[in-house]
Amino acid sequence: MTELAQKNKKLVVKLLGCVAFMSLFVVALVPLYNTFCEITGLNGKGTGIVTDDRPSTIDTDRLVTVQFITQVNPGMPWSFEPLESQIKVYPGEIKKVMFRATNMGAKEITGQAIPSVTPGLTATYFKKTECFCFNQQVLKAGESVDMPVAFFVDPELPKEYGTITLSYSLFNVTQAIEQAELASK
Amino acid sequence: MSAVLDDHHDHHDHHHAPPKGIMRWLLTTNHKDIGAMYLWFSFIMFLTGGFMAMIIRAELFQPGLQIVDPNFFNQMTTVHGLVMVFGAVMPAFTGLANYMIPMMIGAPDMALPRMNNWSFWILPFAFLILISSLFTEGGGPNFGWTFYAPLSTTFGPDSTAMFVFSVHIMGISSIMGAINVVVTIMNMRAPGMSYMKMPLFCWTWLITAFLLIAVMPVLAGAVTMVLTDKYFGTSFFDAAGGGDPVMFQHIFWFFGHPEVYIMILPSFGVISAIIPAFSRKKLFGYASMVYATASIAGLSFLVWSHHMFTTGMPVFGELFFMYMTMMIAVPTGVKVFNWVATMWRGAMTFETPMLFAIGFVILFTIGGFSGLMLAIAPADFQYHDTYFVVAHFHYVLVSGAIFSIMAGAYYWLPKWTGHMYDETLGKWHFWLSTIFVNLLFFPMHFLGLAGMPRRIPDYATQFADVNMIVSIGGFCFGLTQLLFLYIVIKCIKGGEKAPAKPWEGAEGLEWSIPSPAPYHTFEVPPKVS
Repeated sequence: MTELAQKNKKLVVKLLGCVAFMSLFVVALVPLYNTFCEITGLNGKGTGIVTDDRPSTIDTDRLVTVQFITQVNPGMPWSFEPLESQIKVYPGEIKKVMFRATNMGAKEITGQAIPSVTPGLTATYFKKTECFCFNQQVLKAGESVDMPVAFFVDPELPKEYGTITLSYSLFNVTQAIEQAELASK
Repeated sequence: MSAVLDDHHDHHDHHHAPPKGIMRWLLTTNHKDIGAMYLWFSFIMFLTGGFMAMIIRAELFQPGLQIVDPNFFNQMTTVHGLVMVFGAVMPAFTGLANYMIPMMIGAPDMALPRMNNWSFWILPFAFLILISSLFTEGGGPNFGWTFYAPLSTTFGPDSTAMFVFSVHIMGISSIMGAINVVVTIMNMRAPGMSYMKMPLFCWTWLITAFLLIAVMPVLAGAVTMVLTDKYFGTSFFDAAGGGDPVMFQHIFWFFGHPEVYIMILPSFGVISAIIPAFSRKKLFGYASMVYATASIAGLSFLVWSHHMFTTGMPVFGELFFMYMTMMIAVPTGVKVFNWVATMWRGAMTFETPMLFAIGFVILFTIGGFSGLMLAIAPADFQYHDTYFVVAHFHYVLVSGAIFSIMAGAYYWLPKWTGHMYDETLGKWHFWLSTIFVNLLFFPMHFLGLAGMPRRIPDYATQFADVNMIVSIGGFCFGLTQLLFLYIVIKCIKGGEKAPAKPWEGAEGLEWSIPSPAPYHTFEVPPKVS
């Protein structure tokens, strides 16, 4: 009987090991998922980073249409719009466009814009050299600001993609920042 | 109780008579007591979840809002799902495992009896927390049993923490139950009981237990991230903080898909015991059944994104998950083929367990076919989130899992109680259940194909007649289950005395001991030839 108990104990420890492994696996899933999306450009990710690459050539044989769309999360009293809704660029050409944000509310609000690129698989070819989305924007009541994005389309972009849509969702992170400050105190 | 089996006094810790009254049940470490408690608990949860389904069907009886407000309707769909999945189906199978596995492999008890007690007794508290959250200010969980972020994070009710903790407890209970099953099956088999001689119920449960151990931590992780996102300012699923709501769906379904096999694999084991018994033939293709079960379990980890075809995946992803999903039909088809081949030219009789088993094979196969339709990615764009999906998973869960549990209950009731159940009433229960389950779920296919979305308390008037039929089917199916309660109580109280082996063609060690099974069995392991 004690031999059996010993054997049981050994097996239980192994099985608990499996449980622990799977728990760690879940924790690891989060960075794994993000890395996976950034590498493959799935979900239009891989656009939240500034690139140091500069295009070597400009491909003047074709034009790519780049469209800009924006949305403001519900409950956030901001207007947020691109000054131009779409432009045509040669792959490899660096272009700068402006987005205008206005705080129409009565309080100071911190906003964070989250970019996304459609079709998702073009995300890795859409490179930003400068973007307001790398910082949070603090706007006082009634304040308005024009924010730049500089980008180029990688000349390696497969030929079948003629249009790329860059979308920004604007989130109100004021509360989250306050919470985080409270938590760190 | 049998004196013959009880007179080995070398291990005296087993031989105290059980304490009387409530303490017997609170302190018990006996696998039969715990199995019985699991089964009763699951039946209570079945009625509770069923009551919620009645509220849902009453609201949907007519278009417009009549009985409940939309928020409460959403709470009902959510808690109905949670209660049925984690409270009714899973504990029922754990109960059957506790009761039957030691008797099937010739073991005196489960390997870890104290943990067994604990894994049961935390369950009622989990559901107490979950159900009481319905009565808090702002209501209980209303985001669907899949608790997609941001519905459960940004927009969840204040009681979301109660939901999270109850799911944690359910998960701990399932993991402990699974560890117990694995250790029992791997270490406690009687001499001569090799793996390939085990009854298929043991095999399917062994594989299910490994699935549980693998995916319950994933569920725990998902609810924990929901908890910290909602209450502690993290942003796992919040795009504003760099998270991704789609990641929630990946994590959830990485748990969720194996979970659906957790709820059906033990069914396969039950059915594989019953069909040979009433066909008076050996199970056709035993080894292929084992391999099929293992392949289904393996594939279940590679198909999760078929729940997410419409989230915007690359075509390669859609094709991969589509083909993987369709591949599951192969081992499942092997199983259905084996059951039919077992019946082929068998000397069949149609007692209630066999009726439920045949009902299972037919209706589960219908559910499987609608699953194949849903697996086709382009078609899924139409079916997604419609009543077609509701029809599909209720076919596999109600007329699949629940029917197999009913079949198992009728099959082993004589062993548990020592009495034969009332065969006439059993047949009534089967036929009423089968007629009404189809009246309830079959028209839902058409509602879905016509575009009626799920989880919405109101609908366009063109769906009115079909919904009324569905609701009538639902009420009648619900009432029919009270007949089952009556049959079980009647069988416990008395009835024709059951012999050790009431079914002529039944095989297995559980039939070699008297009925009712003595409190302690196989203290000396039997020899298996």
